[in-house]
Amino acid sequence: MSILSRIASNRLTLAGGVMVALLFAVAVLAPVISPYDPGAVNTQAILEAPSLAHPLGTDGIGRDVLSRMIYGARVSLMVGFVAVGIASLIGVLLGSTAGYFGGMIDAVIMRFVDVMLCFPSFFLILAVIAFLDASIWNIMVVIGLTSWMGVCRLVRAEFMALRSREFMLAAEGLGLPSLRIMLRHGLPNAMAPVFVAFILGVAGAILTESALSFLGIGVQPPDPSWGNILTEGKNTIEVAWWLSVCPGVAILLTVLAYNLLGEGLRDVLDPRLKEG
Amino acid sequence: MIAYLSRRLLGLVPLLLGITLISFMVIHVAPGSPMDLLTDMNPDASPELRDRLAEHWGLDEPLPVQYAMWLKRVVVGDFGNSLSRDPRPVIDKVAEALPVTLVLNLMSLCLVMAAAIPIGVYSATHPYSRSDRAATVFVFLGFAMPTFWLALLCMMLFGVELAWLPVSGLQSLDYNSLGPWGKVLDRARHLLLPVSIAAITSLAGMSRYMRSSMLEVFRQDYVTTARAKGLSERVVVYRHALRNAMLPVITLLGLSVPGLIGGSVIFETIFAIPGMGRLFYSSVMGRDYTVVMGVLVIGAVLTLLGNLLADVSYAIADPRLRRR
Repeated sequence: MSILSRIASNRLTLAGGVMVALLFAVAVLAPVISPYDPGAVNTQAILEAPSLAHPLGTDGIGRDVLSRMIYGARVSLMVGFVAVGIASLIGVLLGSTAGYFGGMIDAVIMRFVDVMLCFPSFFLILAVIAFLDASIWNIMVVIGLTSWMGVCRLVRAEFMALRSREFMLAAEGLGLPSLRIMLRHGLPNAMAPVFVAFILGVAGAILTESALSFLGIGVQPPDPSWGNILTEGKNTIEVAWWLSVCPGVAILLTVLAYNLLGEGLRDVLDPRLKEG
Repeated sequence: MIAYLSRRLLGLVPLLLGITLISFMVIHVAPGSPMDLLTDMNPDASPELRDRLAEHWGLDEPLPVQYAMWLKRVVVGDFGNSLSRDPRPVIDKVAEALPVTLVLNLMSLCLVMAAAIPIGVYSATHPYSRSDRAATVFVFLGFAMPTFWLALLCMMLFGVELAWLPVSGLQSLDYNSLGPWGKVLDRARHLLLPVSIAAITSLAGMSRYMRSSMLEVFRQDYVTTARAKGLSERVVVYRHALRNAMLPVITLLGLSVPGLIGGSVIFETIFAIPGMGRLFYSSVMGRDYTVVMGVLVIGAVLTLLGNLLADVSYAIADPRLRRR
């Protein structure tokens, strides 16, 4: 069975995949499908409950919550992919170097990984953000710089297993440069777990971004993010439930979708890891 | 055992050095010198004062020298004084906040284990049953749940709508006038929400882990032997399988320490609990960089000790490991 048909045969994985695709569509089409400008203030419609005109109600200065949620999807998608992209790049580079060369290089890189893993990542992120400005770009970079260790360990393990395989020895015997062996011969065979870790990592990064924005050190208003919509919701929760329910449900479902897709892909790409 | 321990302790030295180096770099490589943080808001800060301060803090030295100077003080537990309006030594502030966070996390870990073991065992002994599927759904929801949102909703429901539980702090205003049982009850009421919400995410992971660990053990020969001897299923599951399935959980507990400490930022801020997380958050917001550096180092060292403790308990529980 091809990979695609095996994914399609698992209903939960399929549901996760469809949800992720939908979120992509919403983010890309945001300007087309938003009923209002997400920044448009309307003093005539403050904290209005959900209605036909405003399906998810309005916020404290009369902005349309649905439109802000749609633009918020853009933020979480971008943060998720860019942050995890940075993390994967660092993880793959360091992990393949450690696994391929072994010895001292491996020891030094892996001690570095151990040290990084000691820091509660949320502390490290907060500390850096505190001294930079809280902006979406800084957040993506900092989340990326503090979450590459898992990928590094995965890739290292793959490379250590690959090192003694015949095709790798053959490439070495041909006298190819190390970099070429690593990138052209090793890496393609080590990508499956990285891909799974990428999808699961996006879920984690989205949760982190929303928590940071909720604490007021993530995406800054007036730019909409699910986390900072929730911050406003917290202050008005007694009069405007929709402001705290919508972003929470959106975060929950998005993270759930990426987790379902990631777990399903893991079972398909690497049957060894399948549970039970 | 002694050889194992000394080997492990020796291995900590480079990690400790790495931890201090990274904490130092995070603060000093970031744009904006600590000096700006000290004097920017102060109109009285003359250039002479800046020079004097720079000399006092050693900020005119090259970075490696500064690191060495700082490290020498950190080794003896001197992290300097807080730069906030409450200028006590950093170590005192941490000593005040740390027990709160530790007790909270220990309680929530106990809760996690108390719930995760039965859930995991049940799921493993009844795989793919309706309850197992329900547990799986719960696990996925638990993983995806933004805890700050859950905390907010629970605060609203139990604290405000139903008014069953207090929503912030560790004790009521009239705490000191309560009798001994009243005090215990008051504490318990304040801790119930934060402890259970802190447990949710770990509970999801741990019960999943227990399930797969049990299933793995069920495939082992000694379980077959135990069954073949005619032992009752209860004895096989709890005496033979569970004890072995619990071993890797020890390591997982050690690995969950940084996540728990990091997560404390969120719910300590939400529930106004004066622990490490809130101390760190308010220091970050106030750019109190001595406290930030201190908490960063201490938090990482705690994680290191947590992992060491887990490894040592594993070695005690499983003699096979000591020889490696």
